[in-house]
Amino acid sequence: MPMTQRQALATLAQHRGDHVVVTTMSAVGLWPELSDSPLDFAYMPSAMGHAPGLGLGLALAHPGRGVIIVNGDGGMLMNLGSLATLAAHPANVYLIIVDNGLYEVTGGQRTAGSGRVDFAAVARAAGIGRVHAFDTLEAWHTGAAAALSGPGPVVIWLKVEGRLGQKTPKPPRAMAEQIQRLREALAR
Amino acid sequence: MFDGPSVVAALKDCGVTHIVWLPDSELGTWEAALTGPNGLPLIRVCREGEAITVAAGLMLGGRKPVVVIQCTGLFEAGDALRNVVHDLKLPLFLIVGVRSWYTHQEGKSGDSCPVFTEPILQAWRLPYTLLDRRHSSADLAHSYRQAQAEHRAAAVLIAE
Repeated sequence: MPMTQRQALATLAQHRGDHVVVTTMSAVGLWPELSDSPLDFAYMPSAMGHAPGLGLGLALAHPGRGVIIVNGDGGMLMNLGSLATLAAHPANVYLIIVDNGLYEVTGGQRTAGSGRVDFAAVARAAGIGRVHAFDTLEAWHTGAAAALSGPGPVVIWLKVEGRLGQKTPKPPRAMAEQIQRLREALAR
Repeated sequence: MFDGPSVVAALKDCGVTHIVWLPDSELGTWEAALTGPNGLPLIRVCREGEAITVAAGLMLGGRKPVVVIQCTGLFEAGDALRNVVHDLKLPLFLIVGVRSWYTHQEGKSGDSCPVFTEPILQAWRLPYTLLDRRHSSADLAHSYRQAQAEHRAAAVLIAE
């Protein structure tokens, strides 16, 4: 059965463990309905396409802590080079590419690569050794635990249904409060 | 002079933990010092905006990175800079090589890089210090320490 983004993130919430979760763009609106951990970081307002870099920096700062980055396909296309950067700097980063083929936060316009880009192949070609692709909820539910454990970097490509007419989401907290919560949680 | 060993020693003395870089031909000469036995962890990225957000992640995690890029990359990295400095309000520190600065001063260059570097930083409201041949790594370290003491972002421009 095809996944909605909400279903995909609900499965992630069940398996995130004590990893940091960095959400960006449309995931920012859905994730607070599923999780309210100080290890959640809604990267909004963001520099679009730069969530993988932010997550890599966090993972390098805290090598004992995994960092899950929930990126969109639009953001990924803006910064494909970040896959090569992740491959060059081994860290426990789990980069999830939620692929709906759309720029959902601006209402649902198609991306340049909509339906054509094989993100798993791109990740492998960039040097990422652990790459997973899931296009059904059942497969993601079965494979999530293994994909989100073990050494990074890991790329997880999730094909989800697009939503039209969405509004740009807002983070659940102000940035300063998010940063303080995250730093306190990382210091424990 | 800004030779690699003196720059690396000065930054280490300041407590810098990582260098995130995409260097130009002048800053790139620091590579041997950075990767040598007395170096610093070096993170190589693919675009300059990426350097800024990797540094942001390191800062969120309590580390003290410095970003090393050329001015051309600064132009590319505007949105990342805006976001990290003004939305996340992190004390980002940049070392930026200004291509053709000396020849521009002499009126012998058609390179537009020196024309736009300082106005761009002013537009992004990022305090900066220009360092040329009269300065040393001690001046670089002073700029870093001053910015850190004031918990603010800053850039040092290296004249090339």
